[in-house]
Amino acid sequence: MNALTLWFHKIGSPPTFYRIAGWLGPWCFGLGLLFGLVGLYGGLVLAPADYQQGDAFRIIFIHVPCAWMGLFAYFFMAANAFVALVWRIKLSEILAVASAPVGAAFTFITLVTGSLWGKPMWGTWWTWDARLTSELVLLFIYLGIIGLYNAIEDRRQAARAAGFLALVGVVNIPIVHFSVNWWNTLHQGSTVRLMGPSKIDAAMLWPLLLMALATHLWFFGSLLARARVGLLELDGGKDWVRTIALADGARNHE
Amino acid sequence: MKPGSTSSACAALIRRDLTLVWRRRGDALNPILFALIVVALFPLALGPEPENLRRIAAGVVFVAILLAGLLALDTLFRGDYEDGSLEQLVLSPHPLSLLLACKIAVHWLTTALPLIVIAPLLGELLHLAEPVRWVLVLALLLATPLLSLLGAVCVALTVGMHRSGMLLALLVLPLYVPVLIFGAGACNAAQAALPYLAPLLWLGAALVLALVLAPLACAAALRISLS
Repeated sequence: MNALTLWFHKIGSPPTFYRIAGWLGPWCFGLGLLFGLVGLYGGLVLAPADYQQGDAFRIIFIHVPCAWMGLFAYFFMAANAFVALVWRIKLSEILAVASAPVGAAFTFITLVTGSLWGKPMWGTWWTWDARLTSELVLLFIYLGIIGLYNAIEDRRQAARAAGFLALVGVVNIPIVHFSVNWWNTLHQGSTVRLMGPSKIDAAMLWPLLLMALATHLWFFGSLLARARVGLLELDGGKDWVRTIALADGARNHE
Repeated sequence: MKPGSTSSACAALIRRDLTLVWRRRGDALNPILFALIVVALFPLALGPEPENLRRIAAGVVFVAILLAGLLALDTLFRGDYEDGSLEQLVLSPHPLSLLLACKIAVHWLTTALPLIVIAPLLGELLHLAEPVRWVLVLALLLATPLLSLLGAVCVALTVGMHRSGMLLALLVLPLYVPVLIFGAGACNAAQAALPYLAPLLWLGAALVLALVLAPLACAAALRISLS
């Protein structure tokens, strides 16, 4: 076994991951909060008002990073579900299931902020536009995965079933996206591009990217916290959990 | 004991499933009655003006048949799971995906095909124009097998649960969205005298893809939920 696979197996073992996650989680939350505050200050105060939308555009600094995270969380979940189904790695099952509620929350925030933004700009809270509809379907798929996971008694079987549904959803999400695009579209196209120049001013771009970084950090912090709880629940009968519980108990009695 | 050939196993399974449906042929009427009642609710809710009804007719018939199919999905594996024959299928030496494809085919023949047959009648109830009626039937012929295949994957995931009805709807309906868009889209295009071939071709392409992949996915899902 070479050094890389050894490292991989170590990270993947629940006690080690539990320890590392306990150390990394607060950092993710802390840095996420810091970057988020700086990004919000940059976006809400420093960035100039939009020539067309005035100050109303500023909700973009929450709306767009959350929309990115809704998709990112889905692909993170699906990748973990794939690993869990193929190699039966317990940790991947937990990570896949733990990212579902976080992703669903980001998708929900995207829908709410989008509808708040749509009221002054389009004059309506909701419209059956392609992007809105596919985002709504994404939320339903998330809820289906969470519901399926909670409906099955056996935790590992539940994680595998939910992961399988997540993989089915991966096939479906692009199809939904293109079908509703073909059906009806009003939402503006993407302004920020990875390749080539973005169609957004630099003074507006840096807070947006900082907010994206902050939401990523927050996602991972939330994911690690959820994964720790999941590991404790799943490994409830194991020695390492017992050691932690005893140490906790001793600390509480002092 | 030497197992028989795969084709004879499939034939036996199809014959058995058809016999089971025939023995309880009263139940086979239920999806039709359901779709009929749902369609009848719309004029009651929206008023009987033919112009209004004609505009929404194709979509309403499509949704009614989709919902009837959703309710009928539950019976796909329920009986076999309860009497243990589903586990025997999983244990059999023949490819599970092929056996499941046979089961899905019989299920489609006995639940969806009758719905397609009465679809023109449902359209007539809502004053659907004559030429659109045949586009509707064509769209349903392509869409309902797709719905059955997609639904079977989700049913396989929920097979061991006691009260899976609402959950099944939550799992299945997001997957049905593209099928509905293309199927009802073809009808609406035909109604507006626009070319309607493209969405039908999309449906056909998706059906071919699902015919190959969905039985495999269904088999994998069934192995997960029976493990």
